[in-house]
Amino acid sequence: MPDNTKKIVIIGATSAIAHACARLWALGAAEFFLVGRDPEKLRQAAEDLTVRGAGQVATYVLDANELAKHPAMLARCFETLGRIDIALIAHGTLPDQAACEQDVNLALQEFSSNGLSVIALLTLLANRMEAQGSGTLAVISSVAGDRGRPSNYLYGTAKAAVTTFCEGLRGRLYKAGVHVITIKPGFVDTPMTQGLPLPKLLVASPEAVAKSICQAIEKRTNTLYTPAFWWAIMLVIKHIPTFIFKRARL
Amino acid sequence: MVTVSSWGRLSRLEHQVKVLSARHQVAAQLPSDQLGLVYGMGRSYGDACLNPGGVLWNTQGLNRFIRFDEDTGRLVCEAGVLLRDIQQLFVPRGWILPVTPGTQLITVGGAIANDVHGKNHHQLGSFGDHIHWLKLIRTDGTMIDCSPDVQPDWFAATIGGLGLTGVITEAQIQLRRIPGPWLVAETFPYHSLTDFFHWADSSEAAWEHTVSWIDCLHGGTARGLFMRANPIPSAPRISPASRKLAMPFVPPISLVNKISLPLFNNAYFYLKKRQPEPQIVHYENFFYPLDNLLNWNRMYGPTGFFQYQSVLPRSVGLEATQAMLAEIARCGEGSFLAVLKTFGEREALGMMSFPQPGVTLALDFPNKGERTLRLFARLDAIVQEAEGRLYLAKDARMPRDLFVAGYPRLNEFIHYRDPGISSALSRRLIGD
Repeated sequence: MPDNTKKIVIIGATSAIAHACARLWALGAAEFFLVGRDPEKLRQAAEDLTVRGAGQVATYVLDANELAKHPAMLARCFETLGRIDIALIAHGTLPDQAACEQDVNLALQEFSSNGLSVIALLTLLANRMEAQGSGTLAVISSVAGDRGRPSNYLYGTAKAAVTTFCEGLRGRLYKAGVHVITIKPGFVDTPMTQGLPLPKLLVASPEAVAKSICQAIEKRTNTLYTPAFWWAIMLVIKHIPTFIFKRARL
Repeated sequence: MVTVSSWGRLSRLEHQVKVLSARHQVAAQLPSDQLGLVYGMGRSYGDACLNPGGVLWNTQGLNRFIRFDEDTGRLVCEAGVLLRDIQQLFVPRGWILPVTPGTQLITVGGAIANDVHGKNHHQLGSFGDHIHWLKLIRTDGTMIDCSPDVQPDWFAATIGGLGLTGVITEAQIQLRRIPGPWLVAETFPYHSLTDFFHWADSSEAAWEHTVSWIDCLHGGTARGLFMRANPIPSAPRISPASRKLAMPFVPPISLVNKISLPLFNNAYFYLKKRQPEPQIVHYENFFYPLDNLLNWNRMYGPTGFFQYQSVLPRSVGLEATQAMLAEIARCGEGSFLAVLKTFGEREALGMMSFPQPGVTLALDFPNKGERTLRLFARLDAIVQEAEGRLYLAKDARMPRDLFVAGYPRLNEFIHYRDPGISSALSRRLIGD
């Protein structure tokens, strides 16, 4: 009998978008390996998914910035799940841009959280999934990576690195039958964006974003703007000439 | 600071909103030099969910399930879980919330704090009757686990306690076995209140759900449609579409007015009257018809609306309801959202719970300022004379003497209040 259970690893599993995705997967046959920093939040996320119908739910405490600990985590992950059908990389922070401009260490730390740690994880995951010859790597990047804006270019830079890395990796893994999807959410109503003065009409719920992510993974979309209208917004923003863009307050 | 309105949209006042997103961090988040109030979906019609100038603790992040026992149907979940989330997950597994109000877009915490009732009150009581225990966190950091047996006084104060005793963070709810998502429903037109009571009394033993729509313009010689329903084993049918319509904007004037209301009421009465029966209906369409029109509260225009919901003892229920309907018809106000229902012979267990034996009338009124308030004053007199009470979850304006008369356990309740918590309603009716 074919095993239809989806084996899913999520890095940053307690983030609002990641957890909303996991809830949708839990409605089908799914087993999880949840990775996050806060053991209590991980335990709560695991309980929630179990009630919602998930099969095995394992948790693993890891700060993604501790790059040296990645291999041990992945070894445990493969031991637990056997194979990986979906790897969702969803961890991240929203840096305080002004503070990053004054403090090099903070800037590099934030770049590591949002950029380097993702590249490190993807490097290891890519090799194992390439050998496995199947599965999807779903990586949460951001519309902020499409263009550098004074208000948060450190975050944007890290996400741009992730986006470009994914594009290259997609081409490489295509030959092995492994798919890479770059997810670019716009404004999402999550704890990360709490208190930001965002234009209400443009803010999406984590549930709506999760739904489009799960569909895009099924359809093997390459790059997903979510909600979809961000594709049009970013198309315009990407084409604003620099002599205007640099004067705009963005 | 952000502006927050309740469901009636009667005010837009500034609040400082803090999101509670993990239950183990709530105790650390509550202490503040400002008074706070827990806020779920903001579906209270009046000011029970508002705390202008103060803090609102939004429970949208406390939305996790914790445990479910397939054998006993006991569900433990966080207080910000929506009733809809429970229904959507568990109805396909053969379990349902025993009691839900006319919307499922409310939180578990809100359902407990308002001790909400539904169309099956005569058989199953109110929401609080199905809570095995709950966890309360006070603003001084104290945690109280209470149940009907453990610290039962705290339990009775918190069920229907409007969030004033502390922040409910989790609860264990008893779900109920059902054969499927379908109900068999019958509708009968009635032409007098005597008729209505006849249908209610003769249906309550054999029918789990009873409710009636009443034409509020028809005066003391009431007319309406009596509906009753029971769950049935599933027949293979098409479930309702999940796509919802929404009121996209607030119209400049109320769409419910003296022209539209009689037209609608007549049309509704004559269309439904002819319905072939019995019908098979999906539980969502039977219980929550208004959830299909998101933001329906906007149709009353920019000044918002009131809901007036009273319960009157059965002994005077007929005459007093008749008197209320006559007042309402005389001024031609009201809405097509008008409900008349009998409650069962059980006292609610919450000190401040609304349901009590008798008959409850619920009506929406577009806010026309003084004119509407004058009508309410006349209705208040009837309710007070009949020794009835008004539902706090709906109220934005009742006078204090009616409140004190209607809620005799108030003096007991105030000992359990959290001094760090206050709402617009508590300041208006209790004084702090």
